[in-house]
Amino acid sequence: MELKGTNISFKYSTAHDYLLKDINIELNNNKVTGLIGDSGSGKSTLCKILSNYVRKYEGEVTLDGNKLPKKGFCPVQLIYQHPEKVMNPKWKMERVLEESFGIDDELLSEFGIQKSWLTRFPQELSGGELQRFSVLRSLNPNTKFLIADEMTTMLDAITQVQILDSVLKIVKKRKMGFLLVSHDMDLVDTICDDKIYLKDINNI
Amino acid sequence: MGDLLDVENISISFTQYTKGLNQRDLRVINDLTLNIEEGEILAVLGSSGSGKSLLAHAIMGILPENAHLSGKIKFKGNELTEKDKEELRGSKMSFIPQSVNFLDPLMKISDQAIGNCKSDEERREKRIKQREIFEHYNLGPEVDEMYPHQLSGGMARRVLVSTALLSDPELVIADEPTPGLDEKTVEETLNHFRHMKEDNIGVLLITHDIHAALDVADRIGIFYSGYVIEIAQTKDFSGDGENLLHPYTKALYNALPANGFNLVKGHQPLHGEIRNGCPFYDRCEMKFDRCKNERPQLIDIGDKKVRCFKYEEGA
Repeated sequence: MELKGTNISFKYSTAHDYLLKDINIELNNNKVTGLIGDSGSGKSTLCKILSNYVRKYEGEVTLDGNKLPKKGFCPVQLIYQHPEKVMNPKWKMERVLEESFGIDDELLSEFGIQKSWLTRFPQELSGGELQRFSVLRSLNPNTKFLIADEMTTMLDAITQVQILDSVLKIVKKRKMGFLLVSHDMDLVDTICDDKIYLKDINNI
Repeated sequence: MGDLLDVENISISFTQYTKGLNQRDLRVINDLTLNIEEGEILAVLGSSGSGKSLLAHAIMGILPENAHLSGKIKFKGNELTEKDKEELRGSKMSFIPQSVNFLDPLMKISDQAIGNCKSDEERREKRIKQREIFEHYNLGPEVDEMYPHQLSGGMARRVLVSTALLSDPELVIADEPTPGLDEKTVEETLNHFRHMKEDNIGVLLITHDIHAALDVADRIGIFYSGYVIEIAQTKDFSGDGENLLHPYTKALYNALPANGFNLVKGHQPLHGEIRNGCPFYDRCEMKFDRCKNERPQLIDIGDKKVRCFKYEEGA
């Protein structure tokens, strides 16, 4: 499986200069790739383009040669840095998970999610606990590619290991693709097979 | 050298409504003790959402109304009342908030940095000083006229740091100064703290970023589930972590990608789920029977502090 971005360029409508220019990026499911870049360099924008959240860009994103679907479930899923910003504050965690897919107890315990957390609202859980939910709900059976945008930056080292360990197990098992965006070089060196510097592929 | 700030046994709880008119008390910080000397950087390290920002708010006296604070906070040996805190904050103690969201979006940067002035003369003096400090932090005259949303991440951080230094503080409290910044900007921010230390300012650095803490701090307090479980010397975070005392601190150190990326199961108890015994009981590998129902106290071991029965005499 191959997620491919061809000649991607992007600029904000109010800006003079391009943020991303003629980026070519190829990712596949045989290896874990790390993406590294300075703050403000457009890492997150590139992630949003690859996962179909930003659609006003030049160039093309394809998954196995096909364009990403305009509606319905997107096989490329994005996980953000701040889980508290991507959950409906009026939904209990149970409903947040169910919106994606029916999750069995085995997966819950694999991710270290306690049954008692399911009846809580997002603001009653800490960032590390919420991020487990956020990761788990993105692991829908139809997900082919996972993009983690600074997924563990806000978490302590122990929680970081726990979450990445569970994710990598599932990624390997289901043969999914995984792109890790991080500025922690130690982390990228530890878990990624390959790394890409955004400034090397960005032609601005 | 005397202590600049002493925090003794403070606890913070919130009154919350559960259903209808029923209320409950939610304890967020328990029995927290720490001290900062002049010209020392103490980092308090804890995961996000663990309530460590409240510590800063408690010291500055800006907790919300439904919070209850108990325990003592002393500045240079004098116990502070809420009124003292009001006088000290913005002069002897200053606060570097987490992000530009703490600035007024409709006010120009220089006006916010100067703050309220009683006379035109005071305003002129402060403006000159503000310009000097901004210049020192590499902020050109154009920044004075900008609004907060026009600043980049690194510039915003410099504005917040220089604003905090405008009143010649003796204590600076920084709340999460590093997240979301790239390596260069983080390094730059940390250098600001090193400069403060050279100027004999005491710094309380509240962070979840262990790299940043190890980089600049003299001592590191580890925050776990509302307790400070260990205050270690920064140099102890080296090798296999054999000089660290508490089992959680050791596990944390060994979970770093550079130190083995070791997996430890379990999670921190939620607020309100706090048990009678040691907060780390469920995950601890060397627990004793008494840890289950008896809570260890923070005890001094040489120049460090730890909250664990293993290090108590006769344990």
